[in-house]
Amino acid sequence: MTVALSDKANPAKTSYAASLDAAPLDEEELKRVRAARIESIGRWVVPLAILVLSVWLWDRICIWNEIPHYILPRPGLVFETLLIDWPILWVALLNTLKITFGALFIATAGGLGLAVLFTQSKWIEISFFPFAVILQVTPIIAIAPLILIYVDSLTASLLICAWIVAFFPILSNTVLGLNSADHNLRNLFQLYGASRWQTLRYLRLPAAMPYFLGGLKIAGGLSLIGAIVAEFVAGSAGSGSGLANQILEASYRLNMPRMFAALLMISVTGILIFLTMNLLSHLLLRKWHESALKREV
Amino acid sequence: MTAMAQTNMQTDPNPAIVSLKGISKTFSNGTVALNNMSLDIRQGEFVSLLGPSGCGKSTALRIITGLTGPTSGRVDWPQETAGATEHELSFVFQEPTLMPWATVFANVWLPLRLKGISQRQAHDSVMEALEMVGLAEFAKSYPRELSGGMKMRVSIARALVTKPKLLLMDEPFAALDEITRFKLNNDLLHLWETFGWTVVFVTHSVFESVYLSDRIVVMAARPGRVVNDMAIDAPYPRDESFRTSAVYSGFCRDVSQALHAAMDAGDDM
Ligand SMILES: Nc1ncnc2c1ncn2[C@@H]1O[C@H](COP(=O)(O)OP(=O)(O)OP(=O)(O)O)[C@@H](O)[C@H]1O
Ligand SMILES: [Mg+2]
Repeated sequence: MTVALSDKANPAKTSYAASLDAAPLDEEELKRVRAARIESIGRWVVPLAILVLSVWLWDRICIWNEIPHYILPRPGLVFETLLIDWPILWVALLNTLKITFGALFIATAGGLGLAVLFTQSKWIEISFFPFAVILQVTPIIAIAPLILIYVDSLTASLLICAWIVAFFPILSNTVLGLNSADHNLRNLFQLYGASRWQTLRYLRLPAAMPYFLGGLKIAGGLSLIGAIVAEFVAGSAGSGSGLANQILEASYRLNMPRMFAALLMISVTGILIFLTMNLLSHLLLRKWHESALKREV
Repeated sequence: MTAMAQTNMQTDPNPAIVSLKGISKTFSNGTVALNNMSLDIRQGEFVSLLGPSGCGKSTALRIITGLTGPTSGRVDWPQETAGATEHELSFVFQEPTLMPWATVFANVWLPLRLKGISQRQAHDSVMEALEMVGLAEFAKSYPRELSGGMKMRVSIARALVTKPKLLLMDEPFAALDEITRFKLNNDLLHLWETFGWTVVFVTHSVFESVYLSDRIVVMAARPGRVVNDMAIDAPYPRDESFRTSAVYSGFCRDVSQALHAAMDAGDDM
């Protein structure tokens, strides 16, 4: 009885074990508890198992078909290369990260700032939005050579390329968010004589937050893509070279294991960026936004 | 205007706080929402605007607030010095209209915050307003953690925090269940009696309007206009025993008839 009572008062703490203790559980309740447990474990185990299985399959395919390592290296060899070439790859990774995060930062600041400007004045939006669209729809690979010619500094031109790819989702999402503040709330602000700045600060920016974070999630991935594409086009070797340059160089020498190792690092970086953005968005929205709330059942 | 208003103020013990003079409103799509509506809201009154859907009740309220301008006619504030741009009024919407990202405290603080009052300075007023609606211990909660009725009470607390002279409410309880509505009706009446505000209350419900108001303005649709202005001179305080009294049902019958007449007058609906 006491257990049942405390469970009711504290539903979040109802663990599997505790509910088992609360003796007379009926069939259905047991089934539900079991299903919930299976789901919470399966959420991690199933994707991991699939991943392990596919790596194993990759390894087997190399063996079964006797594929030579300069065509398709076995996963073990890739991992070994990763360790051996770590000093080179690590420097390259740092270079790529520098461009990625630099571009993401400028894209965030620029996208946010432009979005605020656009919503403050219709004429600014009408005048400049077409440029944003043009930048967005022109494939970066086509503009990159021009940028590399016109801009002296390699870092600067890489940054510009990555920025062009990354800023549009932030801009368009934030504009949408700033304009989607509840109309009655806007009336309320007007009624209480709120200034433009107050409306922006207390109403429109918070209302735009989920949209902005959605844009940021896309931009995080895109700035990595932008950085890699720019490096490919620049094709530079030497001190400023990033992971893409490592892939290019390795491909000239048919060094397949290193290509795979660099590829692996790019993927992991992308995944980490994605997870970070997800976490950030969760932390900022968990108190109030539908997307971050757990549905009470 | 001032000359007339001044004489009014001196002779009338209950001067008008706001008066609509020949207000018409035609929307850009050609809908005539209000046609030549005139109405004096006197100080301390609890006025209900009652009428079928689409008769322009919300439009009339929005015109009083200044959120919408009338197509013709004017809104006078006889007691205010000429040129005052902000009126001491508060508005309660049909939905709670809270900021989901802010706590209950921050939501109620908003009107003061917009006037540049800091959190510390506003603390007492905000807590007092929350106290009035019985939600003081929920100050740190987020709106999503409250029930529909509680959200509505937060919305009312936000309207009260500025200590307005005039409280405008647009069907504030329409979305609530009967029990909650009765409770909030009583709370509202109690606050009104205690603080002596002027309230303009829009509602669909004959029973609610009779229970609350000392005056009911019945409106008809197409075009929106005032067709009846009825005094409900039953004494306050009113409580549950009033709800079941013969006097109450008598008033309800009268108002109901007036409303039906209004609906017949406005051809369909
Ligand atoms: N923004 C608008 N543009 C065009 N027509 C409008 C607009 N707002 C309201 N109307 C029209 O004006 C009329 C009055 O609307 P209003 O919202 O004032 O009615 P109401 O009495 O509040 O109705 P309800 O009780 O359903 O809320 C309606 O016929 C409506 O269609
Ligand atoms: Mg309405």
